Amino acid sequence: MTYLLMGYSAIFTLLAVYMVILGKRQKQIEKEIKQLEEWNSEI
Amino acid sequence: MIKIKNSGPIDRILFYILVPAMFINLYLIFIWSPVERMMGEVQKIFYFHVGTAWVAFLAFFVVGVFSVLTLIKPKMERFIYAGISAEIGVLFTTLALTTGMVWGRASWNTWWTWEPRLITTLILWFIYVAYLFVRKMDGSWEKIAKLSSVFGIIGVINVPIVFMATRWWNTKLHPVVFGEGKDQTGGGMEPEMLATMFFSLFTITILYVFLLRKGAQIEKMREVIKKAKNNVINKIAS
Repeated sequence: MTYLLMGYSAIFTLLAVYMVILGKRQKQIEKEIKQLEEWNSEI
Repeated sequence: MIKIKNSGPIDRILFYILVPAMFINLYLIFIWSPVERMMGEVQKIFYFHVGTAWVAFLAFFVVGVFSVLTLIKPKMERFIYAGISAEIGVLFTTLALTTGMVWGRASWNTWWTWEPRLITTLILWFIYVAYLFVRKMDGSWEKIAKLSSVFGIIGVINVPIVFMATRWWNTKLHPVVFGEGKDQTGGGMEPEMLATMFFSLFTITILYVFLLRKGAQIEKMREVIKKAKNNVINKIAS
């Protein structure tokens, strides 16, 4: 039972980490879009 | 976490299939499928172990296809899809190796053994980690795309070797699942076990497609923003 728990914990932890990484990239993109909009309005 | 709010219809459909499928999959694994007599509960790692290994193969096959296409004619979209697929492939190979190690500890009493399937999988993992590093190199993207494509193709050649390793070197240590048993399918598994395994393959494949699409969309947006930023800078400079 301990090994089973260990295995599935590893699976869902790594999947969650990758999704967080993708989420961070998405946030960064949104930030850059906002910055571009600000630049455009200044021009 | 990834936002689904602003996604297109295909991503929404994939997401709404994926979430219930994942819960059904866990129900099938932990409640519906029978407990294996020899190994007991720990055998249930097998369903995700096979699923992640299968998706890793699929992901590297996709890298191979996009690498060949990139070598024929470099296009940013092809380069992006190959990169994201390699990333997911490395993630799923890591998962397959980790769950395999846990399985090995429970059934062979060791975390690692230098067995052909394990060695070839580890080599595959190293090739694609190297591939991801090559993509991060400085220089024009066309040059990097061509160089990394060569790595991508070398890696995909290793995929059938990993798959056939247990058959060619016949170590009897790593169980052969496909092409075994009376009906040449499931190595003497109970029908419930076989059904659960195929449902796991389905669920994890949907997860792969979802991650690939999301990852590629983010990278494509990054490229668009890079170009737009350059345009604004040029405007300001002129």
